[in-house]
Order: sequence, then structure tokens, then C-alpha cells
Amino acid sequence: MALHSQIPHRLNFYDRPPLDDITIEEFETCALDRLRVLAEIESSFARNRSYDELKTVTLEQCKKYLPLNSSTAIAVDRDAERRKDHVGHFVLRLAFCRSEELRRRFVKAETSLFRIRYDSDDRVERDAFLNSRDFDWIPVTDEERLEYRAELSAASTSKDAVPEKERYYKVKWTRVPDLIEKRKVFLKGGLAFVPAREQSSIVFQEFQTHLERDLEMTAKALPRLDEDTRIVPILNNLSQGFLAGVSSEWSSSPAGNGNEITADMVDELSRKHFPACMRNLHDSLRRDRHLKHFGRLQYGLFLKVLGLSIDEAILFWRRSFSNIQDDKFNKEYRYNIRHSYGLEGKRANYPARSCQQILMSDQPGASDSHGCPYRHFAPDNLQSALLSMYSSQGLTSADLAEVMNTVKAGHYHVACTRVFEITHASQGVKKGEGVGGGESVTHPNQYAARSRELERGKDEGFKTEADGDVVMQIS
Amino acid sequence: MALSNDVESPSAELMLAFYRRLYPFKSVFGWLNHEHTPTKFFTHREFAFTLPGDVYLRYNSFATADDLKKQVCTLNPTRFEIGPVYSARPRDKKTVRPAAFTPQLRELVFDIDMTDYDTIRTCCSGAEICRRCWVFIAAAVRVMDRSIRDQFGYKYLLWVYSGRRGIHLWISDREAMELTDEQRRALVGWVTVIQGGKEMHKKVNVRVGSRPLPPSLAMALEPLAVVFGDLILADQDCFASEEGWEALLHLIPDKTVVENLRKKWTANPERSSEDKWDDLKKEVKEYAKGTPQRATLTAAMEDIILQYTYPRIDAEVSKHRNHLLKAPFCVHPKTGRVCVPVDPETIDSFRPERVPTVSQLLQELDEVLPAAGDAAEHHSDWERTSLKPYVDMLDRHVMTLMEETRRTKRDMTW
Repeated sequence: MALHSQIPHRLNFYDRPPLDDITIEEFETCALDRLRVLAEIESSFARNRSYDELKTVTLEQCKKYLPLNSSTAIAVDRDAERRKDHVGHFVLRLAFCRSEELRRRFVKAETSLFRIRYDSDDRVERDAFLNSRDFDWIPVTDEERLEYRAELSAASTSKDAVPEKERYYKVKWTRVPDLIEKRKVFLKGGLAFVPAREQSSIVFQEFQTHLERDLEMTAKALPRLDEDTRIVPILNNLSQGFLAGVSSEWSSSPAGNGNEITADMVDELSRKHFPACMRNLHDSLRRDRHLKHFGRLQYGLFLKVLGLSIDEAILFWRRSFSNIQDDKFNKEYRYNIRHSYGLEGKRANYPARSCQQILMSDQPGASDSHGCPYRHFAPDNLQSALLSMYSSQGLTSADLAEVMNTVKAGHYHVACTRVFEITHASQGVKKGEGVGGGESVTHPNQYAARSRELERGKDEGFKTEADGDVVMQIS
Repeated sequence: MALSNDVESPSAELMLAFYRRLYPFKSVFGWLNHEHTPTKFFTHREFAFTLPGDVYLRYNSFATADDLKKQVCTLNPTRFEIGPVYSARPRDKKTVRPAAFTPQLRELVFDIDMTDYDTIRTCCSGAEICRRCWVFIAAAVRVMDRSIRDQFGYKYLLWVYSGRRGIHLWISDREAMELTDEQRRALVGWVTVIQGGKEMHKKVNVRVGSRPLPPSLAMALEPLAVVFGDLILADQDCFASEEGWEALLHLIPDKTVVENLRKKWTANPERSSEDKWDDLKKEVKEYAKGTPQRATLTAAMEDIILQYTYPRIDAEVSKHRNHLLKAPFCVHPKTGRVCVPVDPETIDSFRPERVPTVSQLLQELDEVLPAAGDAAEHHSDWERTSLKPYVDMLDRHVMTLMEETRRTKRDMTW
């Protein structure tokens, strides 16, 4: 199939939907991988990253999940890359067209992605792309340039710009609102005189309006698609991913290579490496000597993935529920623990809950301790909880304002990421680095694993002794 | 009937008589609808009523001008406001899906209010307004009217006195009606120059480094320099008090100049604002032409002129399609004055205190029309009062709007 001719440029306005057959798996993976990139862009906005940081982080994510090489690239499957980019975009359109709020966020993230690609695109290819479309801009004639010489020169934002040498295009001002807002162009009779340097503004705006319009059309057509029971759950899942970030690959297997942990180590680990949700569950368990069902589920699966074997898990829970009789424990709890390890019932190896699941499903009731503290705690409780959990690791009340602001804006995983950065500053984690490479926290196990990795990096040589020390302290 | 005082709120009876006999519903309908037969521009338009006792009724809509009149006479509101054209009739809001009820079109509106000039004007403050402070509004209207027409190319501008201390601008061009909130925000950014609150001395930051003023502001500067001389220096004498001239000194980016001037003015506090401005000019000329110091100071002087005279608009009003704004010809509840249209060409001779009040208008009506024959309809009673020139002004505006609508329709059928 001549896909290459269908998508001739790296930059894409996504005018035509993909028309060939797509498997459900491809449908989902293309979308998920793109979503990872977009979610990172979103959280970058929430964390107030500068455009340059955003660009670096996003290109990094793109390389990992959504590589898209220029037409001159060799030794890569260009067509497959472009097809993936194309399919992913259209699947996400389906997932994000369904509410005003989702549309707005999707357009913002997609436009940023387009802008980043545009800025990092090869000049020649970019020009080829621009020439391939009609942007409906009118070149400014020499007479006009002469007539408005003084104005054009005053309107330009750099001293060296010489209106005689610059090319200008006229467009309706409504197509370049960003330039208008900052008074960066000369405006006459509703037409903005855009210098070639700022031409990209027209392109980005065009991309945005185009996408907004298409999304509204998709939204209108969507009810007819709701029939398809295979696709709707995937779409629901995807649109939720934007709210909580996409879960990384922390599904099942306890990370191997000597990462086994024992019941005795949990106390120490929780103090040093756990995100707030797990710290809270652990502290509740110690305080109440009990956890309710969803709390056990959330914490138990987390510990499983952290490396707690089934035998150690039973030991851990048995000791923790210290005012429960053996009989009752064996009858009511042992089965569930073994079940969650895939040893009973349908024998499924359940993955640990991702941030998305913790945030979105099984909302905690009045006496529950599970959930995400950033979302489910009252603001003042959250502040005191954070201080009591993390002040020994360097979190001060001065940091709280920033954290609470992101919480207020609903960016819970960003708040969590920021706390990670603050509490790991002594290990050299800088603001904006997140859990490595600028990634945000999307899974409690990712948080804990990264925290332990940083610690191991610090005292490489003393690893075995250190572990021994831990055991001694506990007992 | 006793002649009601200007500052007294008009009574419910007066208001009802005003709505029944004087309010130009037909003209306001034509202005909102752009043609004679009712379209979505009118039928899907939100009206909000304010009743005595702070009762606020939103999402009303009407099929015709008569419908509107009937409801206004039934409710007898102290005032009513006009909102956007929605995708469905506002009165059906509760029965349509929320997604199917969104603001679609709306005149682009601006609100300029005298309170934003309280830090500069020395004659009045708060709700008060006198002939002298109207000059600020007049200058703002001239600058805004010119830049909207010249830069954005809009033609159908209606300026309306707000009844007390401000003025509203309604722009009815098709393109202006269709602007999204984002585009409105951008346009507001373009026309907003005065920024920063009380704690910010320098409120004009429009240059990139030491670049000249953007052309739109350079164009406004010339007439504003005249206003600055007449109003700020001569009339308001803004730099007479120590507080006044200290505010000026805060805006001068040259320590030596500031020190020299402060010394001089502290020694001679009686120097007038004009003298002080001349002192500043002299200080600036101490630096030779072409030196960077001279350039910086000249730029600072331009910025000072803008800070004291450039229109101060209430940005929030203009940014969102669903913002409600008081309808023209409503009565200001505090002053009893009618919110009449104002011709920007003669804005300088406009006198707020000469705007007719409700009681005055009804009295005029009583005088020309002996109390006997008022059983008949009263549509055009305004013709016999001093409200006539203002209604005529709106009608002329409506005619050009309708002409434009006809032209567009004709072009489309071809």
C-alpha cells in the first residue's frame, strides 16, 4: 500500500481520517502511546514549564512512544510511524470530542504537539508542507509596504527588522489573536500585516481552528458509533487517562534482580519511598490494625508489585491485623490475599492500581483510607498529612503553597510529582525532573521504584549491609 | 405631580408610564435584530430583568418587540439587560440539553467607567461626575472610536451613555458579533494599555525594550497630548499636590532628573502643573539629542501622557459573549436619567446633566398632551418629548444596519 504518498509530510493537519482496516489492538496502542505524550504536555502546562523545557520533555516522550522522523530519515519505517501518528490522532479525537472541557484540553495539547514538531522540523520539509496547503494569506504588495513603512517598522518587535526586506502577509486579524493580543503586528481595517517571522502563528491558529471545528463535527457523529461495544469502553478509558495521566508499565511482575522485599522491611520502605496514598494506608494500618476492603486491595497489590512474595504478604497482613484471631484471619482474609496473587478463584494476576484507577474508581467512603490524598483529603488535612509524612525528607511548609495550588487546579499527579521532587532533592532531583526525564507520577509503584533506584544510586556499594541494617532497626 | 429630584430613584409608577409610553421598543428591536422580521438575533436573545428588591430574572426571550414590551410592562423592572444570542431560545434553557445551549453571537461591547479614573481626577470621586471629568470620557470615546474603525474596520458602533458616570459601546458588525471569547480577549489585549493596580506606579508597559510605540498607540498619542495639556495640566492640575507630583516623579526613569525636580518643587510647591511639566521638558533637553538618556526620557514622557489620558476600559465586560449589559434607553435607577445614545462626533459638547430624566420626559408629555385622550396606543409618544433626537439617532443607526443586512443577503443570492 502506498501509505507514504498518503502522508507525504511529517507535519500533518489530519484532514483525512484513516480509511484502511485497523485491529482493535492497534486502535488502542496507537491511541495510548499518543496519549502518553499529550498527558505529559498537559502536566507540563500545569507545572508551568517554559516552552523550551516543554519542547525537550515532549520530544523525549515522543522518541519513546511516538517517533516521527523526517522524510530524509533512513533505516526507520517512516510509513509505519506516520500511520501510527495518524491513527492515534483520530482515535483520540473520538475519545475527546465528547465534552466541551475534553475538547478544549485536547485541542490545546495537540496544538502544542504540532507546534513542537513544527519548530523541530527540517526547514526544507516545513516549507514543502506549507506550500502544500492553502493558508489563504495575501502577500503584501510593495506599494502597501511603502505606504505603511513607518507603521510596519514601529510594529516590528525587533530593532533589526527592516520592513523593506521582510516579507509580509495579510490575514484577517481573527486568525492571529495571539499576535493581536500582544500588539505584535500592524493592523489596518481588520487585516493584520504578519511578518514572515511570525507566519507560524497563522499556521498554529489554523491548526487549532481546524481541529476545533472537526472535533465538533465528530461529536455530532459520535452517537451513531456508541453502538459499537468494542470501542466505547476503550474510548472511555482513554478520556479518563487525560485526567489522571496514563499509567506506565507497572502491571504485574515484581521487578526481579534482588528486589525481593520482606514483611519486615515495609515500615522502613514506607517511610522512605512511598507516595502519599500508600503512606497514608500504611499509617492507617499501623494505627487501626485494620484496613477496609478497598484499602487492602489498593495497598496489597502495590506491595505485591513492589516485591512482596505471597508468603511474606500473608505474614505482613497477619502481623498487621494484630487484634484479629487466627481463625477469623484464615477464614476471611487469607483467601483474598491469595486471590490477589492469582492463587485462588479465576487465578488472574491482578496488576496494581494506577493513579488513574485510584483517582477515578471506587471513591472512598466515610471510614475508608484508600484513594489519593491529593484528591480525597480536605485541603487542611492534606497539608498537615504531607508535613507529618515528609518533613523528615525535606518538605517544609513553604513548599505547601505550590503543591496546594496544583491540587486546587485538579492536577493531583502533578502535586504528587512535585512532592517527589522536593523530598528527593537531596538525591539531586531537580524541579521539573519528575520521576526521571521529566515524567510525572502516574503509578504509585513507579514513584516507589524510582525513589528506591535513587537511593541505590547513592550508596551503590553498601547495598547489602544497608539492607541488613534495616532489618535490625525494625526488630 | 411633584418634580422629582435628579438624585432620587424614579418611582414604580413613573417607570411603568415610561415603559408604556416612551421606551422605543421598536427601535431597540430593529437594532438587535438587524432586519424587520424577527430572526434568531432577537428570538434567541437573552434578556435579564432587575426587579425592585434585587430580584434578578435571567434567561428571558421573546418572539417579537410587542412580546418584550408586554413583559416589561408586566414586570416593571428597574432596568433590563441584553445578553447573547444562544443556540436555543433562552426561555427553553431548562428543557434543552446543556450542550445545546451555548452563546453563539453577541455584539462586541465595551464599558468605560469614571471610577477607573479616580486616581487621576481631582474634581470628583466615586459616583460623582461633573462637566470637567466628562472630558476624560470624551477623550476615551474619540480614541476608541477611531482605533476600532481604523484598525479593526468595524462600522456599526453605537455609543450609549450609561446614565451616570460612564459610557458603553456596542459594535454590531456581523464579524464582531461572531467573535469567539478567545478573539474578544485578544482584541481587549490590543486596546488595553493601562495595566496594574494601586501598588503599581507605572501602568503603561507597551514597548518592547526601547522600541517606539506600536503604531496604534502612536496614532492615539497625538490627540491625547492635546488632552493632556488641557485636561491634566490646566484643568485638573494633577501635579499640584505633593501626592500628585510624587506620582509623576515615580514615572521618570532618571535619578538625576528626579532629584533636581524634587528639590525645585519642594522649594516652590506653588508651581502649577503646567510649570512642572515644562520643568521636566527642560530637564530632558539637558541631554543632547540622540543620547540614550534623552530617548529614554522622551519615551517615558509619552508613556506618562498615555497613563493619564488613554481610555481605561473595564476588560471583563468585553471578554465574554455571555456578559450582560444594560439595554439602551433604560433608566439609571440612581439618577433617573435615560441611557441615551451619544454621537462620538459631538462627544465634547455632550453634557450628562442635560440628559433627560424620566420625570422630566413624562412632564413634557403631560404638557403637550392634555390628560384627556390617553386611551389610545402610545407607541410613539417619545416624538413629543426631548427623547426624540436620541431615538432618531438610534433609528438612523438601525437603518444603516438593516441596509447592510439587505446587501449581504443580496450578495449571497447572486
